[in-house]
Amino acid sequence: MLLGRTAASLFWMARYMERAENMARLIEVSYRISLMPKPFRAHQDDWSSTLRSAHCEATFADKYDTASQANVIQHLVLDRENPSSIRSSMETARNNGRAVRTALSRDVWESLNATWNELSSIRMSQLSSDKLPGFLDWIKQRSMLFRGAMLGTALRQDSFHFCQAGTFIERADNTARILDVKYHILLPRGSGPGSSVDRQQWASLLRSVSAHRAYRWAYRDASYKPWNVAQFLILNPAMPRSLLFCCDWISNKALREIEKEYDLTLPCHETATDMETLLKTANMEKIFQDGLHEFLSDFIARNNRLTSEIAAAYNFP
Amino acid sequence: MGDNFNEMLEADGSVRPPYALLHKWLETQTPTDLRAKIREAESIFRRLGITFAVYGSEEASERLIPFDIIPRIFAASEWRRLEAGIAQRVGALNAFIDDIYHRQEIVRAGKVPGDLIAQNEAYLPQMAGHSPARSVYSHIIGTDIVRVGANEFYVLEDNCRTPSGVSYMLEDREAMMFLFPDLFAKHRVAPIEHYPELLRETLDSVAPPQCDGEPTCVVLTPGIYNSAFFEHAFLADEMGVQLVTGDDLFVQDGWLYMRTTQSPVRVDVVYRRIDDDYLDPLTFNPASTLGVPGIFDIYRAGRVTIVNAPGAGIADDKAVYSFMPDIVEFYTGEKPILNNVPTWRCSDSDSLAYVLDHLEELVVKEVHGSGGYGMLVGPTASKKEVATFRQILKKRPGNYIAQPTLALSSCPTFVKSGVAPRHVDLRPFALTGDRLRITPGGFTRVAMKQGSLVVNSSQGGGTKDTWVLED
Repeated sequence: MLLGRTAASLFWMARYMERAENMARLIEVSYRISLMPKPFRAHQDDWSSTLRSAHCEATFADKYDTASQANVIQHLVLDRENPSSIRSSMETARNNGRAVRTALSRDVWESLNATWNELSSIRMSQLSSDKLPGFLDWIKQRSMLFRGAMLGTALRQDSFHFCQAGTFIERADNTARILDVKYHILLPRGSGPGSSVDRQQWASLLRSVSAHRAYRWAYRDASYKPWNVAQFLILNPAMPRSLLFCCDWISNKALREIEKEYDLTLPCHETATDMETLLKTANMEKIFQDGLHEFLSDFIARNNRLTSEIAAAYNFP
Repeated sequence: MGDNFNEMLEADGSVRPPYALLHKWLETQTPTDLRAKIREAESIFRRLGITFAVYGSEEASERLIPFDIIPRIFAASEWRRLEAGIAQRVGALNAFIDDIYHRQEIVRAGKVPGDLIAQNEAYLPQMAGHSPARSVYSHIIGTDIVRVGANEFYVLEDNCRTPSGVSYMLEDREAMMFLFPDLFAKHRVAPIEHYPELLRETLDSVAPPQCDGEPTCVVLTPGIYNSAFFEHAFLADEMGVQLVTGDDLFVQDGWLYMRTTQSPVRVDVVYRRIDDDYLDPLTFNPASTLGVPGIFDIYRAGRVTIVNAPGAGIADDKAVYSFMPDIVEFYTGEKPILNNVPTWRCSDSDSLAYVLDHLEELVVKEVHGSGGYGMLVGPTASKKEVATFRQILKKRPGNYIAQPTLALSSCPTFVKSGVAPRHVDLRPFALTGDRLRITPGGFTRVAMKQGSLVVNSSQGGGTKDTWVLED
């Protein structure tokens, strides 16, 4: 038996953990770009585009005037008033975990708690340029440790599958949003190898979802091709952060297992199946024809609807 | 404070028998060894999240309770006497509550003034005439006991509402067994780790008569920001029952249910860790969002058991406390085994006059206060503090009681300067259901400051593992 509130807390715990990790990756890429000489940076590659990708423009504008590196990092890493900052995400994840401690294995709880204990005392002065990469690495590692503890110790039952649903819904949302902010760099523009700025943009996009090495294995191209980059992040079934991969996991693993365990099919299952079918049967040509931006906006909206339907189906408070 | 009873050493420097082995062991330990062990213990506690929240301090809102690594030890014979005293007192307290909400024989007999009950904030008129399962009201009682001599124990207060601290008792033991297995090998320490099992048995045994089959029990918490949240989660986990908040429960068609990811599940026993006032917005505080609307009506209808019962606080009220010797005698027909501290009720004008004249010698407490907030410890307070308190006391005398300061016993404690005696109290936990279950030992709190008598964790007190040796 699982309380509706417990299921909700598990779902959001996993989502916020994933969000913290994605945020760390996003900052890492921006930081990398900021170190490059000007000619390799497009004008939109400044820190304000990072805010856009992180979906934090509004909260940022409430507090700051200029998108300087220090301000953006402060806002995305430690700002308590930004619900998506790494600190806030980790705190929300940990508070959700704390509220349902009894539903977590000791290893999962300790990984969450130890991360928070350390993170809560970190100050901006400890995130100077030389220390930032190490810190972001640490955040990614802590998120991976959490996921690993989950995979290694959690009973495979409804509680586990609610966590999984949270992880993959958040991940799909993240990939879709990053793509949507950068979709213009992927639009086909005649032939040619692309400028050095283009190449830099594509590489950064792949890096922000930890996919620049994997891309080489998947496509064997000497240079990045925008078409393939889009295909990789949207439709590649082997790429663990692609939209198709996430939807397959949500539909055929997480929600399917809950459906089987409870022997009850609900609207959220239908929506998840529809999303997966849509991606499985899609091809890049058609997506570009109909509009990449429209496609991604529609996906983000469906993904949000899926969350509401899960909440309604399983009595989240 | 030279004349305080030292639990390890006699006045002539000889070692009291229960501490013989520990004393020898302590002599082999260097401060560096002990300090390293303390750090190890703290890192375990922090990693596990064994913390409590401190109200009114923004930074570090989750803190560790200072843990002292030197155990407090009782001989089997000492414990037997304490246990008998607790059993007697706990029985009397439950009989008293039952009587108060029924015929009030004790008032009719003139042993307790009627006004004390009728005008008491802790008395719930809504409980009048209600008989809960097995007529048990205060299923979990934590009795705060201090020692002033080899065989002299005083009860400072009875906690009949929602006593906390039991998780520290259990975790302190876990930590000690991890840190000092050799000490446990040398002593025969009565185990306490089955407390959650005993609690579960107690809860099961008081399921309402209308419950058929296996009762479903839950722990009801106000949530993660409550100071004792860790304990709520810990107990639910150890008992294998759900930890719920008010939102998770609802009343439908006269039964209590919890909202699950599937169909609602009926709940029979609620071990609540929220105050009476917040329990049911329809019956008590209408602004409460922590409770469950309608739970009180079905409680009265005998369809759910609330542990501890609403209104049980009438028995641990500090003004009622002063009548405890009479209360024990009235219901058990025996002389109390444990002493009561002489108490002046400031509502009485003669007593008030005495208290105002002797403020520097007395401890003055709020009748309904707890946690060491809003009290005056005369002997250690500054002139200014005494003067301020005098004004407060004059304004609302009925709100206060006063007691002499007791010469609290001390135990060896590891502090900055090394091993030194510090004052302690003891909170044993007694469970009442189909029978009485008392866990050997309890939760020892220690004042970490030299000479201090305030042991509350909210005021910087620490904890110690408490050992009862087996014969």
